[in-house]
Amino acid sequence: MSPQLCLETLILGTLWIDTLSLTQKVMIGTALLGGMAGVVGSFAVLRGRSLVGDMLAHAALPGVCLAFLILGSRNLLELSLGALISGLLAIGIVAMLVRWTRTKQDAAIGIVLSTFFGLGVVLLSVIQKPHIGGNKAGLDSYLFGEPANMLSSDLVFLAAVATVVLLVVAVFFKEFKLACFDADFAQSQGWPTLLLDMAMMSALAVVTIVGLPIVGVVLMAAMIILPASTARCWTNRLHIMLLLAAGFGVAAGVLGTRLGRGLPAGATIVLTAAAFFVVSLLFAPQRGLLAKVIAELQLRKRIASEHLLRALYELNEPSLPQRVPVPIQQIQESRHWRSLPKLLAAEVESGLIERTGGNVLLTSLGMRRAVELTRAHRLWEMYLMQHAGIAADHVDRDADDVEHLLPAALLLELEQQLAATGRLPETITEVPDSPHELGGGPGASP
Amino acid sequence: MLPTAFEIHDMTVAYNRRPVLWDIDLEIPEGKLVGIVGPNGAGKTTLIKAALGLVPLASGKVEIYGKNYRQQRHLVGYVPQRESVDWDFPVTVRDVVLMGTYGQLGWFRRPGKAQRAIADRCLQQVGITPLANRQIRQLSGGQQQRVFLARALAQDAQLYFLDEPFSGVDAATESAIFELLHQLRSTGKTVLVVHHDLQTVRDYFDYVILLNMRLVACGPVETSFTNENLQMTYGGRLTILDEAAEAMRQREPER
Repeated sequence: MSPQLCLETLILGTLWIDTLSLTQKVMIGTALLGGMAGVVGSFAVLRGRSLVGDMLAHAALPGVCLAFLILGSRNLLELSLGALISGLLAIGIVAMLVRWTRTKQDAAIGIVLSTFFGLGVVLLSVIQKPHIGGNKAGLDSYLFGEPANMLSSDLVFLAAVATVVLLVVAVFFKEFKLACFDADFAQSQGWPTLLLDMAMMSALAVVTIVGLPIVGVVLMAAMIILPASTARCWTNRLHIMLLLAAGFGVAAGVLGTRLGRGLPAGATIVLTAAAFFVVSLLFAPQRGLLAKVIAELQLRKRIASEHLLRALYELNEPSLPQRVPVPIQQIQESRHWRSLPKLLAAEVESGLIERTGGNVLLTSLGMRRAVELTRAHRLWEMYLMQHAGIAADHVDRDADDVEHLLPAALLLELEQQLAATGRLPETITEVPDSPHELGGGPGASP
Repeated sequence: MLPTAFEIHDMTVAYNRRPVLWDIDLEIPEGKLVGIVGPNGAGKTTLIKAALGLVPLASGKVEIYGKNYRQQRHLVGYVPQRESVDWDFPVTVRDVVLMGTYGQLGWFRRPGKAQRAIADRCLQQVGITPLANRQIRQLSGGQQQRVFLARALAQDAQLYFLDEPFSGVDAATESAIFELLHQLRSTGKTVLVVHHDLQTVRDYFDYVILLNMRLVACGPVETSFTNENLQMTYGGRLTILDEAAEAMRQREPER
């Protein structure tokens, strides 16, 4: 694009912005902020640098106040420059504290963050004295954010920053990814990791600072951290995470402004983002808590079912190859069951057993499964006793803990190992005798 | 006479003024499989990192095929310790292996068909093709190590540095890695491996670097991996060097 075309677009854009209502402006502004905060926040969160955003935001306050006192204007660009300078100064002080004194990183961040913030609050109250700036200064919006103060020129500024930040991330995506994941390897390939690191930090700093008047110094860190953490729940690919984080950020900005009419908008935006996060934490596939609980329950169900089949096999064992009905009472006594009636009902449903009165009969399908399971169990027990030197009276429990999770390939290896020592039963369907005395599972004995 | 693949001249490395390697001098001919052996804290990892330019040298120089490391980066492949990265990072196995090609790609260019072909070939070489699309957290320790190895293979280097590739891996992976190192050597590559298991040194390597803050020995296994040298490497801490290093560290801040 030629410079002239750029200029024309910019002028047209500005004219268009002037036709928007304040609500529309605020929505676009918060959406822009949410989007870019999601993207740069992703890199910060992945590198365990979430708190740097928090520190920058808090440490920016005295810079904003000083810029106002010195330059006497409320121009967003000038205040932002002040914020940036004091934010970077704070980062430098933290780095020096860690490098030259015995202060630990987290302590240093805490100290510098609150000191700068305290200074900022003091300056703010000085500015608000009538003979200096009075309430007209409007700087207290930097504390908790006030999107409704957004001017058209602020919106243009936000859009420009968003364009630059997103372009930088798009252009350096490969380099950022590598430096984030494995800085040493990146450096060994000749990438200037320090420069890349600084580029990522600068992007984070710029986004944090431009977000201050919208969500405020106290809440800005949440805009950096929440969309990124939310996105991480849903994907295992970096580029998708960046897109999702941007999406969550935009959605939080728009919805938060919308829902929070009459309430402090900065806070409602952050609360919306937090709601996305909680929902994702609970319901995301794979990484969500619900998915984990379901997987755990399924595993437990499988284990209970396997225990039942094995118990039935062992109760059938004296009369093999004949399948015989087993009284439920006997099953009940064979080991500790969490809920035997439910378990029996489930197994009837899957066609593994049949119930006749008070008795349980393995179906032929059930018998086949039971043979497999018992065989795996006993092979594993034999292995534990012979190769791991575990005593016979302990082996049942140890086998129990692991055998349900043994992959098929390992079972094959187990067979080979036992075959090598001549202890493998000859035919593949034959179940070896139990290496320990039967009668009562591990749960039945006191 | 084989060309020298890797050479260290009078190198001293210090962390915060505390020297961890003193006056190292060594030369490795091309096409050798080299074990770097020494007790904990002997500076094995530091030796590799210094060679790769990841830590500053207090003095001395490192040369790869006769030239400064900076000019020869494209000839070097690196397998860092497995614990050095966050395995929860949102990348797949193929993504990580592709990173090996970034060096040749240079700025801004994205990996394309050619790079993906390289990555797939390297995945196959280490035997984890079926895992290519898994997130790297969902792998066993041995599989993770293979991912790192595949990434280094994708660098297509002449000289490889491996930092404890055998630590925490299963027996199958250990022999697979060893097999691979042999293949590399047979194609004229030079491989330096930080190694912990003294029992396997004789079987695995043909050259050995014995290290304990200073160089004890560097040469063919038959002549250098001797009881006497081992005793010098492992026989007690080198109290004098230790104390000297400590003194240098202490002196500074008190001033």
